[in-house]
Amino acid sequence: MVLIQQIVNGVMLGASYSLIAIGYTLVFGVLHLVHLAHGEVFMIGAFIGLQVVLLTGGGVTAAIAAAAVSAAVVGVLVYLAAIKPIRARKGHFLAPMISTIGAGVVLQELATRFFGGEQVGFPVQMDSQIWHLGGVTLTSVQLVILAVSLGLMLALHLFVTLTRVGMAMRATAESMVISNTLGIRSERIIILTFAIASALAGVAGVLVGMSFNSISPYMGVDMGIKGLAAMLLGGLGNVYGAMLGGLVIGIVEVISVAYLASSYRDAFAFFVIIAVLLFRPRGIFGSTDHVEA
Amino acid sequence: MSASETTLLEARNLTRRFGGYAAVSDMNLTVRRGTIHALIGPNGAGKTTMFNLITGVLPPTEGQILIDGADITGSRPDRIARLGVVRTFQGVRLFPTMTALENVEVGRFCRTRGGFLAALARIPGRATGTEAATSRRAKELLERVGLKDRGQMLASELALADQRRLEIARALAADPKLLLLDEPVAGMNPVEVHEAGELFRSLCREGTTILITEHHMSLVMAISDLITVMNYGRKIAEGTPDQVRRDPEVLTAYLGAEAAA
Amino acid sequence: MFDPYTESVLIFTGINIVLALGLYLPVSAGLLSLGQGGFMAIGAYTAAYLTTEMQWPFIVALLCGGAMAGLVGFVVGLPSLRIKGVYLVIMTMGFGEIVRVFFLNFEPTGAASGLGGIATHTTLPVVAMAVALTLLLCFQIRGSRIGRAIEAVREDELAAEVIGINLTYVKVAVFGLGAAIAGIGGGLYAHYATFIDPAQFGFQRSAEIFIMVVLGGMGNFVGAAIGAVVVTVLPELLRLGHAQEWRMTVFGALLVAIMIVRPWGLLGVRR
Repeated sequence: MVLIQQIVNGVMLGASYSLIAIGYTLVFGVLHLVHLAHGEVFMIGAFIGLQVVLLTGGGVTAAIAAAAVSAAVVGVLVYLAAIKPIRARKGHFLAPMISTIGAGVVLQELATRFFGGEQVGFPVQMDSQIWHLGGVTLTSVQLVILAVSLGLMLALHLFVTLTRVGMAMRATAESMVISNTLGIRSERIIILTFAIASALAGVAGVLVGMSFNSISPYMGVDMGIKGLAAMLLGGLGNVYGAMLGGLVIGIVEVISVAYLASSYRDAFAFFVIIAVLLFRPRGIFGSTDHVEA
Repeated sequence: MSASETTLLEARNLTRRFGGYAAVSDMNLTVRRGTIHALIGPNGAGKTTMFNLITGVLPPTEGQILIDGADITGSRPDRIARLGVVRTFQGVRLFPTMTALENVEVGRFCRTRGGFLAALARIPGRATGTEAATSRRAKELLERVGLKDRGQMLASELALADQRRLEIARALAADPKLLLLDEPVAGMNPVEVHEAGELFRSLCREGTTILITEHHMSLVMAISDLITVMNYGRKIAEGTPDQVRRDPEVLTAYLGAEAAA
Repeated sequence: MFDPYTESVLIFTGINIVLALGLYLPVSAGLLSLGQGGFMAIGAYTAAYLTTEMQWPFIVALLCGGAMAGLVGFVVGLPSLRIKGVYLVIMTMGFGEIVRVFFLNFEPTGAASGLGGIATHTTLPVVAMAVALTLLLCFQIRGSRIGRAIEAVREDELAAEVIGINLTYVKVAVFGLGAAIAGIGGGLYAHYATFIDPAQFGFQRSAEIFIMVVLGGMGNFVGAAIGAVVVTVLPELLRLGHAQEWRMTVFGALLVAIMIVRPWGLLGVRR
């Protein structure tokens, strides 16, 4: 296949990684926490979206909306139940992160209980069309994925740069102490951050379901690690880095499948993680801070 | 004795930059064996950076460090400790969940041998000869610094003055040739300061060379053989306590220009 | 001596104790690893391959599995010098997944179909022996010079360095040893389960082992062993209807609860 086609495919794939990575990095930005249940939130979003599609026969829009809302709710619940109570106490500095591991396990187990442990098909109610643009082939599904992901990223960018609330988020990420003294209610900002991060992940869940035509309760771990890799690559706390990091990983993954052994594609993201940690822990585009290590 | 035999530590043209800022600039320092040498200066003068450079915690941007004539520039801290240079920290850095005794015992690490295989080979529950010796020495050192009955207390449970003493005992467990003390009496009351001074003097008499940095001027003046004064990362004066006390540069640095006039 | 069910529970408990102690070692130096499943897989596959394909004696194969895992552990432990805290956790997660994907594709051991027909060499006496030896190992290390050094590294790396402790040696040694023990646990597991496939050694396994150690308190090897017992035996005690299925859910929630209430686990950070 032509290289351009590979790159386009990679961008499609990578866009989903980006959405997940943005979530990780938003949470890291405000709480200096690596939220290891985030992948499970993504997975739950996918399943809720699927349920909506199955129950209402609704289209993509309904699925995406449902996924976004439900994921946001789940994400905020995770914060309130597993993260907030810990931050109030002194303890092991990795306690919040360990707690999110536990929360992730719970979410995955619950999903397996309710939705079964098998992979399930993700039917897409859409007119399937094929587009040819100068040597590149795109399906309408891919276009939708691309449009939604890039659209959301743009929306996020505008939100944090132009709106008051968005700027409050950035301020809180810079320094919670200072933004508190400026009257910003950090608790609300944190909840909003979790909501946005989780909503993005939920949407990504639907998009991934659409592009692979199947979802499983175990996809959270897999995608979660790739999202982590993207976040590390782009620099912890760096939203634009996360966007680019996701795209890079998607592109390289697709290219490695085409030109190298395809069965190892999943391992590729993990190699990226290790390489980044070894050689450039701050990420390619620079991190906002170091985790207390 | 020739100059090189009496010189234990030598820092030549030592410089350390952080970006554009030079914490230490072209420092030359010679510490003679068997002396108590003080490094003083206002806050931010570069004293702790000097300590970090000498103990290998930070690599110098330029310059050399020699211990007993051997070039240790750029060596790792554990290697430097094995060569006999051990330090204490300004904000005490003990091992909080270990007992006082264990803290001192672990200080003896670089003077003993025995890794995993040795640990496995001993009779369960019975200390080996080396372990017993380590334990004895640790108890001696605790008594030496005045912590005789506090061996079983957790390091985090000790009062600050006791914690400082414990850190010194831990450093001594490594049989150092050169002991670097970073503000060892900060936060102590006059009686404790006096006791500490006596301890440092007796350690020096027994052969441990001491390089100390402190803000407590009366202690410094009382126990030091030689004082080096730093400001803005450079040496501005050096001499005996009497000489330094009267040096106009030193007075300016600490008290402002009018006092020197 | 025991009825088959009890014996099965005891054997799994013993294997889990070994696995938990394998994680305890790096944790006791401050290195949190979420990749023990990977080392377990290496040990399991190596030992199983040696007994089934090459007809090697069980104990030799078991030790080889441990050695193989330990060797990989040393290599993985090297980056732990520069990669710390959360970064290390993520890296070990990544490593665990790499191992899983590797075995998913490795034809000689059955790739995705797994490796079956493994002889049941793992008996209760064997497991009991393994548990006893591992406990002894931890006990010996604890009161020794190297044990103190490991604690010191966990408490304050910089202070440990300036008193002459070689961080490289301690960290790599402890990581490799922990990996080897996990490998032995894997070999024991393989020769009891008689069938292994990559899915059994994924992140969920690593998380489970992690939960055992956290549950028991991260400062004490006895705690880790107790955590293993709790995680294995408690679900059996609660065998009311479908309780078994909720096992991991409960443990996940327990992990959260412990982090909220008592981050140092059941036994606290000391003795």
